[in-house]
Amino acid sequence: MEQMLNVSSNPHVRARMTTAKIMQLVAIALLPAAIVGIYNFGFKALAILVVSTGSAVLAEWLYDHFMHKPNTIGDFSAVVTGLLIGMNMPAGIPLWIPALGSIFAIIVVKQLFGGLGQNFMNPALAARCFLMISFAGKMTDFSVSDSFKGAVDGVTGATPLAALRDHGFVAGSSVPIKNLLIGNIQGTIGETSVIAILIGAAILLCYKVISARIPLTYIGSFAVFVIIYMLASGKGFDVNYLFTHLFGGGLMLGAWFMATDYVTSPITVKGQYVYGVCLGVLTGIFRIFGASAEGVSYAIIFCNLLVPQIERFTRPVAFGKGGAKK
Amino acid sequence: MKKNTPSERLINGIIKENPTFVLMLGMCPTLAITTSAINGIGMGLTTTVILAASNLMISLLRNFIPDSVRMPAYIVVVASFVTIVQMLLQGFIPFLYSSLGIYIPLIVVNCIILGRAEAYASKNKPIPSLFDGIGMGLGFTLSITCIGAVRELIGAGTIFGKQILPLADAAAGKMGYEPVTIFILAPGAFFVLAFLSAIQNKFKLGAAKRGIDPSNPDCKGGCASCGNSMCSGKRG
Repeated sequence: MEQMLNVSSNPHVRARMTTAKIMQLVAIALLPAAIVGIYNFGFKALAILVVSTGSAVLAEWLYDHFMHKPNTIGDFSAVVTGLLIGMNMPAGIPLWIPALGSIFAIIVVKQLFGGLGQNFMNPALAARCFLMISFAGKMTDFSVSDSFKGAVDGVTGATPLAALRDHGFVAGSSVPIKNLLIGNIQGTIGETSVIAILIGAAILLCYKVISARIPLTYIGSFAVFVIIYMLASGKGFDVNYLFTHLFGGGLMLGAWFMATDYVTSPITVKGQYVYGVCLGVLTGIFRIFGASAEGVSYAIIFCNLLVPQIERFTRPVAFGKGGAKK
Repeated sequence: MKKNTPSERLINGIIKENPTFVLMLGMCPTLAITTSAINGIGMGLTTTVILAASNLMISLLRNFIPDSVRMPAYIVVVASFVTIVQMLLQGFIPFLYSSLGIYIPLIVVNCIILGRAEAYASKNKPIPSLFDGIGMGLGFTLSITCIGAVRELIGAGTIFGKQILPLADAAAGKMGYEPVTIFILAPGAFFVLAFLSAIQNKFKLGAAKRGIDPSNPDCKGGCASCGNSMCSGKRG
């Protein structure tokens, strides 16, 4: 990645931020959510995270080695991809599934297209969708394990979103907001605790690794979509329904950590707003009208494909051009 | 090897200009029906019959078809053969007929068939054209059967409907193969096509680098003593 950007003429201002540092910061920012996941789901969650991260790094190293390319595991992007894949798994999954997902993400989605910076969609999410389509049963099996330390009394094994889907939109079918915030719910390893994810997001915002434009537009337009749906379906406004949709699935993890991926999101400011709104509306459509309870990952990889077009139409005017005509 | 002999045409169609992996023609049936090896071989052989017959017919008629209406004329010829084959399939191999479905009538607009009619049969004598059709058809059959077999093996653990990899059975607590369902869905077709194309490119380009033309059995390697200017090793 670093070798690609050679600018010749001086003088230059040196920034301390490198690709490796950015990726390390993202990995650190993911840790709070990962730790809550390990606390909730126990040793199995830790094993899944270790396997997914390890196999992503190993796949990257092996690819570089056998293709006679410079070793790129030092840029930490494989660590982030592997960690994200692990956090997108339900805790009861057999360990070979996250490993297979990591290998697919690194080799097929990232390296075959030219490595970091060249991939056309988010590797971690592409792998998640690959696994969702291939092993739908295992990927949506949120059965409660013995090690689940949360509200064991109240948990049936369905995620809040799946419960919403099964019962339809009726008042009182949703989970208390407090449980959603601290993570006493079922879900994949990394998505349960909104507070932990927001701590991570705050770290990234502090270091200016990400801007809040994409996540806030995404979450905001999704909320507007759900509110419009609630009012249009004639059942009235239900705060719990809205918050279950916002906090009960992968929306927070997806919006803060995956939609903001540099490679697969627009670089223009206007484009980022457009991208966020596209994500929000598509997620709403997939979740409410689609066949599966979750829609964040499909919405993000679909919008990844729209990014080149979004950037084309939102290209800023070059300095000195396009002023008022005399 | 001499040009336009039957055996040269067969080798050309199967290896040198394989319609799927080299010419990249006929992608619709290639991607859509290769969910299993049996579908691949059925579709391939059906196309081969039509391709050979229409190549022969168009070559025979090549001096009678006016240039300005050649495309409609080809379509009429091809469509007639497709209708015959479709009825035969429906009558004698109904399971194949139902599993290929809409893709049988769509053979009419298959770009391999129209491509060979335009590029070869309309300019050459009937016998080489017939063998060109058979060669291209067999090349197509071989390729899509391979794609179908790989997709079926990974996506369902079977080849030609026979269980190769024993499946896992959670109820009985039996360990076994867990089918990767995406491979028998649309994305799997692209993965396998790309993967197999890469493998054959590796094989062909590697051979070309060493100066050996894999499609030419006369080639002994080393271009210095060879007078064949059409050799892919020389051009590459």
